[in-house]
Amino acid sequence: MSALIRERRVIADRWVFAGTSAELPAQGDVLVPLALWSAERDGLALRPGRIGVLLGPADDPAALVHDLPQLALVAVDFPQATDGRGYSTARLLRERYGYTGELRAVGDVGRDQLFNLARVGFDAFALRDGEDVAGALAAFADFSEAYQASVERPQPLFRRRTNGASSAIAARNRRSSLAALPHEFNFRRPDPIG
Amino acid sequence: MYHYDEIDQRIVNERVRQFRDQTRRHLAGALSADDFRPLRLQNGLYLQRHAPMLRVAIPYGLLSSRQLRRLAGIARRYDRGYAHFSTRQNVQFNWPELAAVPEILAELAEVQMHAIQTSGNCVRNVTTDHFAGIAPDEIVDSFVCCEIVRQWSTLHPEFAHLPRKFKIAITGAALDRAATFVHDIGLQAVRADDGAVGFRVIVGGGLGRTPIVGHVIREFLPWRDLLTYLDAILRVYNRHGRRDNKYKARIKILVKERTPEKFAQEVEAEWAHLRGGPATLTDAEVERIGSRFTRPAYLRLPADDAALAAAVAAEPPFAAWVRRNVHAHKVPGYAAVSISLKKTGVPPGDVTAGQMDAIAGLADRYSFGELRVSHEQNLILADVRRRDLHGLWLALRPLGLATPNIGLLSNIIACPGGDFCALANAKSIPVAEAIQARFDDLDYLHDIGELDLNISGCMNSCGHHHVGHIGILGVDKNGEEWYQITIGGHQGATRDGAQAAIGKVIGPSFARAEIPDVVERLVDCYLAHRDSEHERFVDTVGRIGVEPFKRAAYGPRAHDAASPRRAGMEAVAAARLAGPRANSGVPGIEVVQ
Repeated sequence: MSALIRERRVIADRWVFAGTSAELPAQGDVLVPLALWSAERDGLALRPGRIGVLLGPADDPAALVHDLPQLALVAVDFPQATDGRGYSTARLLRERYGYTGELRAVGDVGRDQLFNLARVGFDAFALRDGEDVAGALAAFADFSEAYQASVERPQPLFRRRTNGASSAIAARNRRSSLAALPHEFNFRRPDPIG
Repeated sequence: MYHYDEIDQRIVNERVRQFRDQTRRHLAGALSADDFRPLRLQNGLYLQRHAPMLRVAIPYGLLSSRQLRRLAGIARRYDRGYAHFSTRQNVQFNWPELAAVPEILAELAEVQMHAIQTSGNCVRNVTTDHFAGIAPDEIVDSFVCCEIVRQWSTLHPEFAHLPRKFKIAITGAALDRAATFVHDIGLQAVRADDGAVGFRVIVGGGLGRTPIVGHVIREFLPWRDLLTYLDAILRVYNRHGRRDNKYKARIKILVKERTPEKFAQEVEAEWAHLRGGPATLTDAEVERIGSRFTRPAYLRLPADDAALAAAVAAEPPFAAWVRRNVHAHKVPGYAAVSISLKKTGVPPGDVTAGQMDAIAGLADRYSFGELRVSHEQNLILADVRRRDLHGLWLALRPLGLATPNIGLLSNIIACPGGDFCALANAKSIPVAEAIQARFDDLDYLHDIGELDLNISGCMNSCGHHHVGHIGILGVDKNGEEWYQITIGGHQGATRDGAQAAIGKVIGPSFARAEIPDVVERLVDCYLAHRDSEHERFVDTVGRIGVEPFKRAAYGPRAHDAASPRRAGMEAVAAARLAGPRANSGVPGIEVVQ
């Protein structure tokens, strides 16, 4: 039985996956593939219980743009941990399409992927079978900082750090001829000839 | 030299801790070989023919003497007393134990080094001009751009599992010494008519199995938009690059299949969303990065040095070294010096721990404690006073590091090849050695002039054979090692103005023992056809085409075997090629076959 981590805690998974309309349970929360959602959107929306959509690695999240307010779960499948398309899918859902509901990574999801998955906007992780749950929970602390802008830290490190430790450098920079930028700007390091 | 701040250091330390735990879990059986593989590759660790190979990043090829001493210490303690500088300006250890790798990484972290993303399907070490910051033709200091890109690419959460590896090269100078047209992304600094600085963006070049010269998809990208534009390119590639076939997974295939125009449109459409976003660079950030680089405290010196001129006039061997291994510097009275790692009989790019320590000492004494690694697998002391050149040369000679062959035929680029690499179809190092042995007459080499000869042991092309003026590719034919020859490839502009070209195959491949002969016939053909001493081999190929060279290479094989020089060399070459190599050329190092 694989474990589900949400908001850094192990929780019970109440969602049922239905690959075809024949597999749909009468009620309860159900996760369906994008193709089934696209084909039977209206009927699915009427049934009792919440709806989630499963995106494959090649699925374009833009297909869900208008449906996201109706969805309580978007799951992104990682058939192999090394198939990195889902990382872009997650950022697009969060940053471009404004999705705020549960975003779950499913498939070949192990502890060594969790840190990056969390950074691109996943907040739920269905661990693959046999994964050490305690180790997985610890993985969110693998790194204490990150350079890039991401869903987790919308500002890149360089926009966050200028207020803190680098204030001396910032002060020095203010003294330099910033007014001349960008035309005179040269990517030059200080050049202490003399 | 860029100096880490507290956060840079913390991220590297945390990567060591993470990898230590991954290695521990693997050795304890909790992480399968298949699951461990991408994790160790992201940290530069291959399982090779004889032992693991650890590739350590030298970001944009810039290295301090302290770091070089640490590499020497690692070579002694964890390896067999030597290391190999690669064409990606990195350094490789061929014999570490897997269990010791976390310790090696911890030792590297102490001197602000790491192995992050030196392999795997992620953004690799960004490379640049080995004369960055000192070249007279410089537009921007590409080291600063490179460090910005290094930080952006380090542990980028979205692009850690790309379809395939991804290599970025940046040049800040007018002359492209960074091979930007044969990288996944090439960035060339340009200055617009109004003085604004930006980048020409080249995408989809590459060597390997399908060599392609890259396409310019944007003539001018304002510098502030550098990272958002890189994000856009990488996102299009991450989402749409092929993952069904690893040989068609590089971005060059996507660009080709989409066409460069359509690909550029997709990037621009993606960028429209990212442009102006949080990753847009700021003046303060560029200045902050720039201010974390130490820069040599140059003295005001006269441009010319009378003692140097006298020594050049008096000592022809010194004059030959100055002519080939000393390069122009934008500061009067200074010069850059190439330390050739291409002495005949030594595998290209290999240095012993003793040599590394000695070079570190010379860097401290003569060049502000800094070095660079060139993609030609040599080391460079970038800031040497011209008046010190003679003393430096005297110090390099007994170390076997003063071979005056930069730009010449014997400055061979070669991958480690079948002696070490599990991927190779054929050996590279003995071929390089046999060619160097054949062309050991320095006067003759200087007369031939500039000639890039590159050797790859398989079509992964780590030896960049496609862009060698003469390229040699090891191929497997029914379990035997054969070698295919290309000519006319180049990187950097040629006389006809071409920025880069992929060499043309001259015909069926040759046996290993034939290679020195074939190279000599190609060179003879060039010498017979060149219009002057100023026309280089590659320019002659461009002017007269491949055919005359083909005829020369495959013509009557009854060459002048009676020539004493040639007969002598052939005996040496035959002895070298017969059977297993007993000596790697590195003192004290036996190569296990």
